[in-house]
Amino acid sequence: MSYGEHAEGHDEHHPTGWRRWMLSTNHKDIGTLYLIFAIVAGVIGGIFSGLMRAELMYPGMDFLPLLKGGDVQAAYHFFNVLITAHGLIMVFFMVMPALIGGFGNWFVPIMIGAPDMAFPRMNNISFWLLPVALTLLVLSTMFEGPPGQMGVGGGWTVYAPLSTSGQPGPAMDLAIFSLHVAGASSILGAINFICTIFNMRAPGMTLHKMPLFVWSVLVTVFLLLLALPVLAGAITMLLTDRNFGTAFFDASGGGDPVLYQHLFWFFGHPEVYILILPGFGVISHIVSTFSGKPIFGYLGMAYAMVAIGVVGFIVWAHHMFTVGMDVDTKAYFTAATMVIAVPTGIKIFSWLGTMWGGSIRFETPMLFAIGMIFLFTIGGVTGVVLANAGVDQSMHDTYYVVAHFHYTMSMGALFSIYAAWYYWIGKMSGKPYPQLISKLHFWFTFIGVNLIFFPQHFLGLAGMPRRIPDYPNAYAEWNFWSSIGYGVMAIGLVFFFIGLVMTLRSKKRVGENQWGEAATTLEWTLSSPPPFHQFNELPRIK
Amino acid sequence: MFKKTYLMVVALMMTIIGTGFASAQNSVHPASDGIHSAAPGQLGFMQAASPIMEETIAFHNLLMWIITGITIFVTLILLYIMLKFNAKANPVPSKTTHNTVLEIVWTAVPVLILVVIAIPSFRLLYNQDVIPEADVTIKAIGNQWYWSYEYPDYEEIAFDATILNEGDEGYNDHPRLLGTDEHVVVPVNKVVRVQVTANDVIHAWTIPAFGAKIDAVPGVLNETWFKATKEGMYYGQCSELCGINHGFMPIMVEVVSQAEYEAWLEEAKVKYASNDAPRLRQYASAQSITE
Repeated sequence: MSYGEHAEGHDEHHPTGWRRWMLSTNHKDIGTLYLIFAIVAGVIGGIFSGLMRAELMYPGMDFLPLLKGGDVQAAYHFFNVLITAHGLIMVFFMVMPALIGGFGNWFVPIMIGAPDMAFPRMNNISFWLLPVALTLLVLSTMFEGPPGQMGVGGGWTVYAPLSTSGQPGPAMDLAIFSLHVAGASSILGAINFICTIFNMRAPGMTLHKMPLFVWSVLVTVFLLLLALPVLAGAITMLLTDRNFGTAFFDASGGGDPVLYQHLFWFFGHPEVYILILPGFGVISHIVSTFSGKPIFGYLGMAYAMVAIGVVGFIVWAHHMFTVGMDVDTKAYFTAATMVIAVPTGIKIFSWLGTMWGGSIRFETPMLFAIGMIFLFTIGGVTGVVLANAGVDQSMHDTYYVVAHFHYTMSMGALFSIYAAWYYWIGKMSGKPYPQLISKLHFWFTFIGVNLIFFPQHFLGLAGMPRRIPDYPNAYAEWNFWSSIGYGVMAIGLVFFFIGLVMTLRSKKRVGENQWGEAATTLEWTLSSPPPFHQFNELPRIK
Repeated sequence: MFKKTYLMVVALMMTIIGTGFASAQNSVHPASDGIHSAAPGQLGFMQAASPIMEETIAFHNLLMWIITGITIFVTLILLYIMLKFNAKANPVPSKTTHNTVLEIVWTAVPVLILVVIAIPSFRLLYNQDVIPEADVTIKAIGNQWYWSYEYPDYEEIAFDATILNEGDEGYNDHPRLLGTDEHVVVPVNKVVRVQVTANDVIHAWTIPAFGAKIDAVPGVLNETWFKATKEGMYYGQCSELCGINHGFMPIMVEVVSQAEYEAWLEEAKVKYASNDAPRLRQYASAQSITE
């Protein structure tokens, strides 16, 4: 073997078998692992929501008791376990790993012209902490929560004292550890992204030339870095309240249960922007690519995300309008929350501005992107309704809230993930996705999620509380349609998996740039799939 | 193929918005037989039975006009774009990336809309939160999984309200899951102050028709109020996840005339005088705290 051949081959030299994945320090391999993890977690979380919708399809306890040997009390608790696990899994183990860990890892280094992430080994531990965290959460379902019942039934918010004296068993401790580990994973990932984006941009890639997806991830990881330690602190206080006799959240010991809610939502509100901001970035790329135009109002788009991130930290108590806060405090949080509508409006209108005058191709990623813009608008305007503390008094903890945040999350974030999937699967695998199957996936999902969640607005206005396994008969009609919608969406998910298998088995190959000249970011200058190590010579950005 | 897809898109989006608009029209259902709970398939709020809920519904109607307008506006632009600027209709894309005037407009107009919303919003908020001088005070205490009630002005009156299960006496008088064995009675057109707290975990006390909802937090005494304008039986459900039977600790309030209320008071003083169970339980938990 000549020296020259050796140098040529060096680029593709990488470990094989389990070592390639377990010990991976390659941002693309780790991104792939994150995506696989997110799909697995998404299926689990999706099955949980299916069990919930099956129970809620008709009034009365018809379904869950069948799984619990006819024990209705156990079925009630199991329902609470399902809502808790569904929330935690979708937030921490599906959306975040998919958008930040998966697509972020894959494309942030490539888009800024970097060979890899700043800390490749830390990248590895960031990922491998997640299966540990999910395992802890799954383990929690096998231990006692409240006396005589298995698993945590405290909701994803795990409010004290229901999460302290209300669930004395070890299940809650396991769930807290799970959140600790998932949080540590995200904090490490956030540090990695910040260092990568600030230090490893190719020559000429100034901040104001950075692709919007990179901007969105940059804002997101700052939110993660600032918000997650607060969650870690809050749940550590839960842990010591539970096990070591402290009374942070116990009024009888001088603590305050409402303090927990402040701490939780100081994390929790930025968290919902963490879930949606990378999606905003993805949608910008897709809308621009398939309109054949550069993004409209690039700087406004970038700084709107910064504004959403900043303001997102000072609106948290709008989740707590009924805890008995001072009226002036409620007035402040109402006003601050409504302010967020302005930068969000800028995003929506700038996407429309990008499409205006374009030459639009309705490829599957674009269908999901347009669907996301429409549905996120609906989720956004109901957010403006809920922002008003006066009206929220009637809507707090009803299905109206459930409908609102699923329009932003299950349609905003999830449609962004699907859009990103079809946009980049050709780049990641080198193979094209099937046209018809992917479009069927879109239509079934679009119709399904609307059928699930739109009627929930009606249920909420009519006063149906969240998180109940059985409901007064008046709510039967819309619950029925909501459950039918779940079935439609599930068929869509089948098409997703058929499309996934067909893509991976496809004999066809896609070239460097699948989408034409409007796809201008650096990933489209590389082969599909990209080489194991890209940019051994840094690209120069004009 | 293109045209068919558009028709589908238009039909779908318009259906979604249309059903939303239907609920903007505030389809309240008249209460039947003095039973004030949700009606099957209803789209909007329950019928208001207090000045605050009337104001809430009026404000929500304003909001629905605004948000439906915004959604239709965005949808029409989207549809126009999809028809006019698809690859067939417009093969050569423009290169426009900026329009300062447009960008200022779509920042400023939402601000103005928010100001329009904010004024009635704050009016409602302060009307809700400033409690007028109360004619009657009741105290609701959340427990896993029932409510205890007290009338602080009448020491004798204190009782627990537990859900009625199938087979219990009076089960058929109420909508399923909403009936309790005992319930609060208050006079019509009088300001009722509700003091709310809890013994174990957080619960939330609500009667949707009054527009009243407040968390019951252990160690905290919260207050809300209502002035019921119609006689009848009103229902609500615990509105904060509180454990296994969270869905099964309903709230019932009966609104009667002043004369009936006074008669009930006399009856209740006798009926509940020997009923010291709820307070005994609280003393017990208070003692366990001090121990």
